[in-house]
Amino acid sequence: MSLTAGSAGIKDAVAIVGIGQTAFARNLAEDERTLACRAVLAALDDAGIAPGEVDALASYTMEETDEVELAKAVGFGDLTFFSKVGYGGGGSCATVAHLAGAIASGQATVGVAWRSRKRGSGPRPWTNTAVQLPTPAQWTRPFGLLRPVDEIAMLARRYMHEYGVSRDHLFNVALACRNRANQNPAAVMYERPLTREMYMTSRWISEPLCLYDNCLETDGALACVVVGKERARDCARTPVYVHAAAQGLPAQHHGMVNYWNDDPLTGPAWTAARHLWKHADFTPQDVDVAQIYDAFSALVPLSLEGYGFCARGEGGAFTEQGALEIGGRLPLNTGGGGLSEAYVHGFNLINEGVKQLRGTSTAQVPGAATCLVTAGEGVPTSALLLRS
Amino acid sequence: MLTPVTDTDGAPFWQYAARGELRVQACGDCGELRFPPRPCCPHCRSFAAEWRAVSGRGRVWSYVVPHPPLLPGYAEQAPYNVVVVELEEAPRIRLVGNVVASAGAPLDSVDPARLRIGARVRVVFSGGLPQWVPA
Ligand SMILES: [Zn+2]
Repeated sequence: MSLTAGSAGIKDAVAIVGIGQTAFARNLAEDERTLACRAVLAALDDAGIAPGEVDALASYTMEETDEVELAKAVGFGDLTFFSKVGYGGGGSCATVAHLAGAIASGQATVGVAWRSRKRGSGPRPWTNTAVQLPTPAQWTRPFGLLRPVDEIAMLARRYMHEYGVSRDHLFNVALACRNRANQNPAAVMYERPLTREMYMTSRWISEPLCLYDNCLETDGALACVVVGKERARDCARTPVYVHAAAQGLPAQHHGMVNYWNDDPLTGPAWTAARHLWKHADFTPQDVDVAQIYDAFSALVPLSLEGYGFCARGEGGAFTEQGALEIGGRLPLNTGGGGLSEAYVHGFNLINEGVKQLRGTSTAQVPGAATCLVTAGEGVPTSALLLRS
Repeated sequence: MLTPVTDTDGAPFWQYAARGELRVQACGDCGELRFPPRPCCPHCRSFAAEWRAVSGRGRVWSYVVPHPPLLPGYAEQAPYNVVVVELEEAPRIRLVGNVVASAGAPLDSVDPARLRIGARVRVVFSGGLPQWVPA
């Protein structure tokens, strides 16, 4: 069957058949390149596929270990497709999406996506004033809007003002992630419960966002293996199918400092969501579990609106009554997410989605068959609908 | 403190600001204002542009109050405010800046507890940067 407009496209054409990760910690001894090799080899071992069979790679433009270094270290075969996606954490799901497109269209057969990062022990990117692109930093940084948290806090304040979203709503997000991390021995915050008292009395980072609204600073690496559906049936693990995939860059969008279009509170999630749901056989009401990018807690209620789990302005209220906990309307970030498992540019959210649909999560949603995974919101983004 | 690292599109804004003028890029054909500046008009695709003077009056659209860790210079003034101001004559043109007590006053010269979304402000200039004072 040829791929023509109106055809099924990539729907269920490829599956994630292997996942791998290193330890997550504030300070790992090994360097990023070594961690990348370990995560990739772990994912291939999980899939039961030899490194020599890999012919496609995808990662982030911010990934420091390039294809050449990875390929020669772990012994890949001839590569016929390699791709890197921009916009930081907005590229996470797009790595899998690019592999899906490449494999479904015959450019490659076995793809590996990965991210390795020593954010926990390395310098924070915002402290580097030399490599800032002139646009849009000239419009923000001289005035002391220096860090990603400042940029998102600006949108968060406006969002809270327009829709009555409260700090308790943001706490609900932080708490759900922490509760799941408390069930996940691999999570950085495994043994560290969070209380409302801790949240409400913690130090500010950029008002209205406090310490617990911010993701962790983590060293670690993750990878996954993508193959076509026929090959997937022969793999050791239960295949997790890529049902739909999208990137999202809305018209007149300005990146994370999206203050300059008509409606700054509808971001890339809305664009990615329209494409996802147009191509999916199911709806937001059918999603059993969600892994939503949480570099900052406020991104979650915005994303809940964008991906259609609730109406405009209702993302805060959606988090009430334990909706994001196991047994709630939409269990969230079941490995602990970027807020409490590890912040590796959202790649842990992809692997956790796979674990849920294999039935092997440390906070398993009973019978989970569908999962939404999203990438960084605010920046040009990407998302995946996974199904078992 | 960081100074603007300008580019070709943005340089005129800063040249006008150095003279104490707040000007916004406008299409030379259809007249639509646009910010940040860019090479051509997203409405009519014209490459003709002009820099239109605006009143310098606006309202606070949102604001944050950063706390350390911050870069040196900013950390010493923290907690301070950073605001987004929407211009009176073009509410969708929004400028990032600081509300200060008077031109050239420190970033922490206004108590953050006094800031409100919707508060009226007007532009002043110091050291080539636009700043905002309560109006
Ligand atoms: Zn025009």
